[in-house]
Amino acid sequence: MLAEPTHLRRRVRTSLAGFGAAGLFSLRVMALSPRALLRPRLVIEQVYSLGSRSVTLVGFAGLFVGLVLALQLYGVLGRFGATSSLGPVVSVAVLRELGPVIAALLYAGRAGTALASEIGLMRTTEQLSAMEMMAIDPVNRVVTPRFVGGFIAVPVLTLIFDFLAILGAWVVAVKMMDMDAGVFWGQMHATVNFLDDFINGIIKSAVFGLAVNLIAVYEGFTSLSTADGVARATTRTVVISSLAVLIFDFMLTAFMFRGI
Amino acid sequence: MSTKCSAEPVIQIRDLVFERGNRAIFDHVNIDIPRGGITAIMGPSGTGKTTLLRLITGQLCPSSGEVRVDGLPVQALRTRELYALRMRMGMLFQEGALLTDLSVFENVAFPVREHTDLSAALVRNLVLMTLQAVGLRGAAEKMPAELSGGMARRVALARAIVMGPEFIFYDEPFTGLDPISLGAVVRLIRRLNHTLNLTTVIVSHDVGVVEEVADCTYLISDGQVVARGTPEELRRNRSEWVRQFMDGLAEGPVPFHLPGTDYARALLEERE
Repeated sequence: MLAEPTHLRRRVRTSLAGFGAAGLFSLRVMALSPRALLRPRLVIEQVYSLGSRSVTLVGFAGLFVGLVLALQLYGVLGRFGATSSLGPVVSVAVLRELGPVIAALLYAGRAGTALASEIGLMRTTEQLSAMEMMAIDPVNRVVTPRFVGGFIAVPVLTLIFDFLAILGAWVVAVKMMDMDAGVFWGQMHATVNFLDDFINGIIKSAVFGLAVNLIAVYEGFTSLSTADGVARATTRTVVISSLAVLIFDFMLTAFMFRGI
Repeated sequence: MSTKCSAEPVIQIRDLVFERGNRAIFDHVNIDIPRGGITAIMGPSGTGKTTLLRLITGQLCPSSGEVRVDGLPVQALRTRELYALRMRMGMLFQEGALLTDLSVFENVAFPVREHTDLSAALVRNLVLMTLQAVGLRGAAEKMPAELSGGMARRVALARAIVMGPEFIFYDEPFTGLDPISLGAVVRLIRRLNHTLNLTTVIVSHDVGVVEEVADCTYLISDGQVVARGTPEELRRNRSEWVRQFMDGLAEGPVPFHLPGTDYARALLEERE
């Protein structure tokens, strides 16, 4: 059934107002973020809580993605007598795409949800109101250290993912399939471009980190003060962050790698 | 009117209107809170007592009307000015609102560390002295989750007074406390008000305890102030509404049933 025009208009207006509020909040958080670096202890706590605690998950994912990718590609490339290209193919795929995207998606599920629910629960239990009453701005004290900590964590997690994925591919190729280690590393060295592949991948992960962390802190900060409100904020964080990562990935890939 | 109730007002609420959706929570309300006393705002649940505290402290904006604290128009202040005013205020939230990832000591030290550059030794002494005042120095290393409701509220009280405020606001401080904790909180509210020369505002519906502690009481219902006076004056007040509230009567001007559709018709509709 078609929605009534007035109902539709109200929904469009509400959505636009929501976008506007999220945009203003994001600008405020980013503008205040440099100040968070003046209190490094708060940021380091968040790098530990959001980043270090995600290392096991992201590391495992990286290792197994590398193992599986190498197993699959070894067979396929073997059909064309091109197994020597295994190193370059795996490393380009991991550095350009799989590393930044999978690490960001896993981060959104593991740490983004924790961030949203933690801030949401602080709202529900009036901890944020208590800070405001103590003349302490919760955006400064709670939101920006978490945002900056998460923003630092995502590219580092991507590096860990990349390293372990390539290690996994090496295990399969060199240790299991008896490929020559010199060919594996030599081909990779000759093909992978530091700027095009490695740096662009890290830039991608920084953009994903910015998006996921902003979405998580916004959803948590604006969640309703109920159990359902916190649950919704957590779910919306995963859904919106995942979509944002995939959309940004397409846009950045089109911009960075067209024709390379 | 007693001198306590008619002393110089330090918080003035004038013609306050606050609406939520289509419902008027406050409809042209006027309240004067005297300096240096304990003023209680009472009324049935859902009358907007907590909302009133949030309006006084600038956490909410009224639809119209004005709130002045020590002459300052709260809603017209810039964020920096509002925060400067809040530095002079302490607030005890209903559930304490302690920061759950910090210990009791760190919770009380939190505003001190955020607003001052005092040395670690001074902060420690200040926090321990404040915790001693609320009788919980022994719980300094505990986490909020390890505290009972009464203890959490006393820690929150310590946090609210550690910066030496001039005003203190209590949101339902007596709810859910056992008699011993209740006695301790009542004694603390009185003692702190007297020794720190605070202006205290208590929001509560606990008639017995408020009579014991308040100098001046406002009764609000349906968005209006229905009575004002000392506990003694309210005891003598013959208004039907005041009697129903103060004596806890089930029958009176405040109906037991919320207004709704015709009962018989509602049952028949259900059957159809």
